[in-house]
Amino acid sequence: MSVANAPELVNGDAETSGSRRRPSGVPRRRRVGVVKYLGLTPFAIYVLLFLAVPTFIAIGTGFFDADGALTFDNVRALLDPVILGTFLSSFWVSAFTAIVGAVVGALVCYGLLDTRPDGALRSFVNSASSVLAQFGGVMLAFAFIATIGIQGLVTVILRERFGVDIFAEGVWLYQVPGLLLPYIYFQVPLMIITFMPALEGLKPQWAEAAATLGGTRLTYWTRIAGPVLAPSFFGSLLLLFANAFSSYATAAALISQGAQIVPLQIRAALISETVLGRSNMAGALALGMIIVMVVVMTAYSFLQARTARWQR
Amino acid sequence: MSEVAVRIGAKPGRITSRAILGGIGLVFAIPIIAMIEFTFRAGLGGGYTLDHWTVLLDPEQNDKYAQLFTAVRNSLVLAVVTVAIVLLILLPTMILVHLQFPKLRRVLEFICIIPITVPAIVLVVGLAPVYGVVVRVFGSSVWTLALAYGITVLPYAYRSIQANISTVDMITLSEAARSLGAGWGNVMWRILLPNLRRGILAASLISVAVVLGEYTIASLLNRSNLQTALVQVSKSDPYVAVIFALLALGLVLLLLLLIGRVGSTKPGRRLS
Repeated sequence: MSVANAPELVNGDAETSGSRRRPSGVPRRRRVGVVKYLGLTPFAIYVLLFLAVPTFIAIGTGFFDADGALTFDNVRALLDPVILGTFLSSFWVSAFTAIVGAVVGALVCYGLLDTRPDGALRSFVNSASSVLAQFGGVMLAFAFIATIGIQGLVTVILRERFGVDIFAEGVWLYQVPGLLLPYIYFQVPLMIITFMPALEGLKPQWAEAAATLGGTRLTYWTRIAGPVLAPSFFGSLLLLFANAFSSYATAAALISQGAQIVPLQIRAALISETVLGRSNMAGALALGMIIVMVVVMTAYSFLQARTARWQR
Repeated sequence: MSEVAVRIGAKPGRITSRAILGGIGLVFAIPIIAMIEFTFRAGLGGGYTLDHWTVLLDPEQNDKYAQLFTAVRNSLVLAVVTVAIVLLILLPTMILVHLQFPKLRRVLEFICIIPITVPAIVLVVGLAPVYGVVVRVFGSSVWTLALAYGITVLPYAYRSIQANISTVDMITLSEAARSLGAGWGNVMWRILLPNLRRGILAASLISVAVVLGEYTIASLLNRSNLQTALVQVSKSDPYVAVIFALLALGLVLLLLLLIGRVGSTKPGRRLS
């Protein structure tokens, strides 16, 4: 039995019965062929009902008004100054936190290179990063209220020991600027998770070769490590942007009133049913968000494909 | 040769490394420390107390937090059902596709990554009408929300299982078992699943972690889970909300450390 025809053989009598002992099921192929496709149906139906249908409804409702008639009003409303403003806020919050998160996260990855790959410190940083990147949400809002809220630990220490009032110009924690610190707090860990494999992929031989050929720190980073890491770094940056752009929980827990960024605008649209006096606005906002996400994630997977070249 | 690497800057020196990690680690510890400090505060007047913690152990008092305990139970039910969806729907499909439909592997991967591009806040817009139907069919029990969570955890669960699948040559293994006379049930239970146990465990744990932290879908569909209850309770008793948030954080950190351990134990033999 050669390996070459292995898939063929396994193909033969898949999914027929557990007890039959026939290594070769070639004669039954046609019936079996149909049966094995049945094995895919549970997943297909599930994904269809809970991923495809909701996505199409989310995008589609934006094109209908309250009475179910086709309309482009909602989509046109995306160009309303108020909505454009929230998209702009979302953009700069996401861009700013992505850039800071990427730079700080890359620095942590660089620092981690000196630790043992299977050591306790590395695995703790990995696990803690996954927790903060994926679990943050509501907890981060609490954490930052306890830290830089009006009675927060840092606020009080700064006020009483150093005479610095961080809220001298008004309480900004519950506004868009207040999102920056909590967002950076989950962006940095996400950067550590996504960028670490690329940094680990730098071969020590490259550094040795560069050193042998008389290279310096500067030439190593600008000629070797820099170009190799660039696609991965910018790919991670895009992923961080998408992550902040679509993040809801932290903002919702921190900002209970108002709709300063797109996800909060969607909340307002879902709860009140009317934003700017239009129904089904949530659908149009979802469409706008999906367009941004698709563009960013397509660029991400393009860069990711270029990264993969160096990680073999 | 690591001195060469340090000299040319490919690797940080010990001092640089510790300075970076220590400095950033310290900054990241501050909000957590602030939360812990907050749970011991006596009130706006200042001073510290253990009351906020002890009240949770007092059966007479903790009636007040019944809502919170119910929510914890809800989240655990959701975690169990979500893991069941991963193990009963995603896992068999991944094995089947790997063995029988090599051409569909890219398609499956693409589908499983979609929930990153279509985030929860977008999905929930379309889920609202879908749940109108779900409630009519299954009733409005707590567990039905897990049908949506199964989608949310798809990218994470897929990645964990796939990482394991790519280290095991399942085709040769199942072929060998079949040629020795094993039926498909036997191949699955005694050959494939034991070989994939690390991926399966990691996928289950990460799914639990994601479900325990989920807020977006639950809150916008007006369901109650751990996170929505935390937000509710924080309005009347912020101390207890922060305590529960810390406990949940600790629990999830423990789960992920466990995943790290599972992942770092000696990987199975490469059979290819």
